[in-house]
Amino acid sequence: MNFLKDISKGIIKENPTFVLILGMCPTLGTTTSALNGMGMGLATMVVLTLSNIAISLVSGQIPGKVRIPSYIVIIAAFVTVVQFVMQAYAPGLYSTLGLFIPLIVVNCIVLGRAEAFASKNGVLDSAIDGIGIGLGFTASLTVLGFVRELLGSGSVFGIKLLEGDGMLVFVLAPGAFIALGYLMVLFNKLKSRIL
Amino acid sequence: MAKESTIKNMAITLTVICLVSSAILGGVYSITKDPIEMAQVAKTNSAISKVVPKFDNDPSAELFNIEVGGKSYKVYPAKMSGNIVGYAVESYTSAGFGGRINLMVGFNIDSTIVNTAVLSHNETPGLGDKMVEGKSDFSVQFKGKNPEDFKISVKKDGGDVDAITASTISSRAFCDAVNSAYKVFLECTKQNKKE
Repeated sequence: MNFLKDISKGIIKENPTFVLILGMCPTLGTTTSALNGMGMGLATMVVLTLSNIAISLVSGQIPGKVRIPSYIVIIAAFVTVVQFVMQAYAPGLYSTLGLFIPLIVVNCIVLGRAEAFASKNGVLDSAIDGIGIGLGFTASLTVLGFVRELLGSGSVFGIKLLEGDGMLVFVLAPGAFIALGYLMVLFNKLKSRIL
Repeated sequence: MAKESTIKNMAITLTVICLVSSAILGGVYSITKDPIEMAQVAKTNSAISKVVPKFDNDPSAELFNIEVGGKSYKVYPAKMSGNIVGYAVESYTSAGFGGRINLMVGFNIDSTIVNTAVLSHNETPGLGDKMVEGKSDFSVQFKGKNPEDFKISVKKDGGDVDAITASTISSRAFCDAVNSAYKVFLECTKQNKKE
């Protein structure tokens, strides 16, 4: 049961987007459609899980004063690996997300989990934490992308549902803030009922 | 638990981490190098076959460069049993809203546009990126048009092209790239006649 609890922690209690409010740059930037949001979330999840594992393994060997630069180098290496692999085997996804992949390096979620969790916990716990937080991030980005795509372009996952152009503002940056704000209210309202 | 932060410890740690990371990156790069190149070639080839009439040669093998107005353009000739049936011109412009746009424009030998394909762009998702085929009807209006009697510029500028709603700059840039491609095409046919 502990395993499930750890996973769900990342999705509900410590949801990175709606509760911790971390990593807003990729959140607002990539969620113009549900598919883009999901792709970005999954890419971040892979990096987060790998970096959590690696950092929990080596953190005992790293002197305190250079831990942040060390973590950044490790995270940057994983991000570049993900970028190469995506470019080689999923060029379609890469062409829509390419611009944002390098930004995963500076995503505060990844560094935040490295510093707050992985450096103090074991390998298995850190891996589960990475998957949980990654799933939470993916779910939030997909929901946000879903709402923005539906209102902004009248389609869902690229399939046209509504006629016309939709409300243009939701495709642009201001609409991202508006949608995010309302979703955050809704999420925390529901969360306070459940817990 | 962590090692003491002496200069020696910190230097060793950072050196080791950087060495290991760069070794991993080098390895992944050499593994994914060929697939990445293949993916790019496949993308170019599929763009070519989309924009020119039916052909039976290998246009990317017969690629040649043409200089027009001080810029160099790649041209892929499409041939059917040895006779040229059309040209695919890899055109570009830096006038896009997000900078450079790479565009493949295919011409029939009678100088009508067969089709266009966007190779890469950084336009706003949901707005300027509607120039990509399938996302809106914008690119369809170029099909089968002869730039001789169909003025390639947006209606606001006195041309015949319907601009994408709220994306006049992207539409202008697209027209600019198509116009450059047409000039390259004219140059091609001129040189071809001389031969």
